[in-house]
Amino acid sequence: MAKNTSSSAFRKIDVDQYNEDNYKEDDCGESQSPPNIEALKTVLRNAPISSRNQMVKDAALNVVMQVLLSVKSSQIEEAVNALDRDHLDILMKYIYRGFETPSEGSSGQLLAWHEKVHAVAGVGCIVRVLTDKKRV
Amino acid sequence: MPESLSFGIDPITAHAWNKDRTKLAISPNSPEVHIYHFQRGEWKLEEILKEHDLKVTGIDWAPNTNRIVTCSADRNAYVWTQSEDKKWKPTLVLLRINRAATCVRWSPLENKFAVGSGARLISVCYFEKENDWWVSKHIKKPIRSTVTCLDWHPNDVLLAAGSTDFKVRVFSAYIKEIEDRPVSTSWGSKMPLGLMMAEFSNSTNGAGGWVHSVNFSSSGDRIAWVGHDSSISVADASKGMAVSVIRTDFLPFLACLWVSENRLIAAGHGCCPMLFEVNETGKVQFAGKLDASLKKESSGVSAMKKFQSLDRQARTETNDTSLGTLHQNAITSVCLHTGNKANATKFSTAGVDGLLAIWDFNNLESAMRGLKFN
Repeated sequence: MAKNTSSSAFRKIDVDQYNEDNYKEDDCGESQSPPNIEALKTVLRNAPISSRNQMVKDAALNVVMQVLLSVKSSQIEEAVNALDRDHLDILMKYIYRGFETPSEGSSGQLLAWHEKVHAVAGVGCIVRVLTDKKRV
Repeated sequence: MPESLSFGIDPITAHAWNKDRTKLAISPNSPEVHIYHFQRGEWKLEEILKEHDLKVTGIDWAPNTNRIVTCSADRNAYVWTQSEDKKWKPTLVLLRINRAATCVRWSPLENKFAVGSGARLISVCYFEKENDWWVSKHIKKPIRSTVTCLDWHPNDVLLAAGSTDFKVRVFSAYIKEIEDRPVSTSWGSKMPLGLMMAEFSNSTNGAGGWVHSVNFSSSGDRIAWVGHDSSISVADASKGMAVSVIRTDFLPFLACLWVSENRLIAAGHGCCPMLFEVNETGKVQFAGKLDASLKKESSGVSAMKKFQSLDRQARTETNDTSLGTLHQNAITSVCLHTGNKANATKFSTAGVDGLLAIWDFNNLESAMRGLKFN
């Protein structure tokens, strides 16, 4: 007992962090709309289409999938309208790549994206997914 | 309503008109070429030209010399001339290619013609009087894949070629044996045979597609092409080879044609001819659909329609399989009918549905009055 009372480091521990009943501020991850659309724009702008590194492309695909699946169905249309033609082409490429590796509920969400992108960019967008040499 | 002629169920792979548009040569996806003559108000089959062994891939009819040139997958081309008894007689042209010929075009002065082929070269053929036969010269470099389409510049020397290597190139097809040295144009001044004057890529920023059709404007300064990535592009040599591209929302186009110095028609898998315009800054813009006929497209199925079709036709499915356009399948070729590239009033389209339609701008203008033109 005499040994551990010689140090007073225990006074500097923040005990509140170990308390489970603490009041937590609302995480800003709840309201998704503007940050997600911006996230989508950023991710599409930086899409590694010219890269030859398959790992880079796979990593980018995962990020894009996360963004696409996190956007609420009601906000998809707003997101699509915020993109320009080139980004819509890249988005369509990611949608099709997403179809290739389905996860729980992903295909349904991707179909919703597909419908909205097709309504804006037409069949030409889909044709370019097929003809483009540079794949995502 | 555009005038339409049905030639059966076979696709029309190529078509060409004679000078006064009373005769039509078409190939119904076979080694034969059918010549039709407009007599007493209807089109009658006049003659069938049977010389090729494999499918005919291109037909062109020289209006002034009245000669037809045909090329085929059998690696040959024939020049057909009409004899006194009105029958067409073929003359074989040795193209010296080891792959199929894909397209053929008479030059504006009709003293030579160019044939594109899968042998990755263009054969430029002219008639050698001393030996009484057609001789071919090759343009090879730097074409890296099949040549799919050709068009001549009005100066009778420059030739544009589109290819499956995603490029459009302008070459000189100057044949010193039959013509004088050409004057300089906006594409360049020195034009020896085979020199590539310009090269354009149909794959900017990664998006690409085979080039399906290429066309010089009436002045020769502009060149338009359409690619399989649903894009349409215009390059202007008088503006430093500036290129304007639109990647459209439609299905890819297979043919394009200038109808004035600023307007062009493109048609293809969408089964509907589309009008595009180039504005003062050189930018291409979509100007409208030319097929405003039969608005049968309905987005939803109404309960009324469903019961009506059940009542009348005992049919529970209300899906109409016919398209809302005149052509029921892809349009494969577009030709000038009346007028010239500077001012066309009529053009013809032929498609995979065996239909040949003649579109009149005078009739279409009224239907398009709602559309804005810059």
